[in-house]
Amino acid sequence: MAAKRQWWASTLSLVLMLALAAVPLPDTVAPLRPDWVAVVLLYWSLMAPRHFSLLTAFWMGIALDTLTGALLGQNALALLVIVYLAEKFHLRLRVFPLSQLAFTVLLLLGLYEFILFWIDGLAAAVSPDIAVLANRGRTVPLAERWVPPLTGTLVWVALYMLFDRREREAPARL
Amino acid sequence: MSAPGRTSPGFGRSGFSMGARFLLLAVACIALMLLDQRQQHLVRVRQALDLVVYPVRVAVDLPSSTWHSLRDTFAERDALIEENRQFRRERLETEARLQRLEALESENTRLRALLDSTARVGSRALVAEILDVDLEPYHQRFQLNRGLVDGVYLGQALIDAQGVVGQIVRVGPLTSEALLITDADHAVPVSVSRNGLRTIAAGTGDSGRLRLLYVTNNADIVVGDLLISSGLGGVFPAGYPVGRVTEVTLRPEQGFAEVLAESASSLDRDREVLLLWDSSKAAPQASVPTPDATVAELH
Repeated sequence: MAAKRQWWASTLSLVLMLALAAVPLPDTVAPLRPDWVAVVLLYWSLMAPRHFSLLTAFWMGIALDTLTGALLGQNALALLVIVYLAEKFHLRLRVFPLSQLAFTVLLLLGLYEFILFWIDGLAAAVSPDIAVLANRGRTVPLAERWVPPLTGTLVWVALYMLFDRREREAPARL
Repeated sequence: MSAPGRTSPGFGRSGFSMGARFLLLAVACIALMLLDQRQQHLVRVRQALDLVVYPVRVAVDLPSSTWHSLRDTFAERDALIEENRQFRRERLETEARLQRLEALESENTRLRALLDSTARVGSRALVAEILDVDLEPYHQRFQLNRGLVDGVYLGQALIDAQGVVGQIVRVGPLTSEALLITDADHAVPVSVSRNGLRTIAAGTGDSGRLRLLYVTNNADIVVGDLLISSGLGGVFPAGYPVGRVTEVTLRPEQGFAEVLAESASSLDRDREVLLLWDSSKAAPQASVPTPDATVAELH
């Protein structure tokens, strides 16, 4: 019963994150938008591993790709990689103090962003279009691309502080 | 920790180990990306997925659409009367201009008939509302509330009251996705209205800014020139304003001048745009989607 309730909670949280990923933000704040789905998936896969399968990460990624109009599979692959790493090493990671845990999350979110960035680059290289060639050297400001992992880590830490108590009270999971 | 075979409610687990499942799904992602890259292989799949995420889109758009309708409901009577009066005035002016235009149009068709060239025909238009939904960052795209059910097709041109806005790059059953002319992946064939000089206006990725390609240093182009769509490429109908030249920098060492323009449409202010049906494409439903609209337009 409790497991069922938790499943609902986490499913709802993921759908909510999908919506948050598409909520319109003013231009000045938009670059700060954390990668909500990645943050919440990381939260669940570190705090309640095995709760979701990799398949969930895959479907969430596909939904995110559809919603934001990205290449189908781009977010899915990036989410798969970080969730896989988090699940694989969660036993080692869980004993970390919060500061190290937060640093690991930062690295994982950075990896997520890097994979998206890398696929963008590959896709552009495969379909060289006259307009793209003309704008060669236009830059998606690189600095801007690394802000979402930072804000994402902050959100993750906030989630951890808010909800971790309950997780600790139910250590039977391991 | 339990073995990987342990089941979690709701999501079935296969007998594979986690590593194997990861590899399988990763390969699936890569296959999807390869198929989606040229956009024509997964059209059906994307349309189905679009339908699945439609509720999320509507939910996200809900606050701003409710705000708009609430504002209309509770608007002051005086403000409404004033607005109404203004609209009536504007309509009168527009109709007066239209009368002159109709005369010109008939004269134009007659002259074209004399010259034996194909007549330009009027096209059907439909108002579409922009959904307040943020898409992938670093691209200038937006969602519209019209889709396949309204007869929207790939590569369809979008205009607003001021000029060309962009074109449709993806069509879902109920919504569609449009690319702005200022997106860095977009280019419109244009001509200078003053002298007919033809060039290409490419997006810069900055909102409202266009760059003119391949304009020679000795070309006759000055700041303030109006750029209109030339109709070459067949995506945008000819004669709609695209932008106005804001900056001309001669670069004698490079062969081509650096010319920047400001787009005519005012997307940051509108919530509504017009979808145009090109009458040369027979029925909207019968139109064959071009594989890659942005590229196709340039060939």
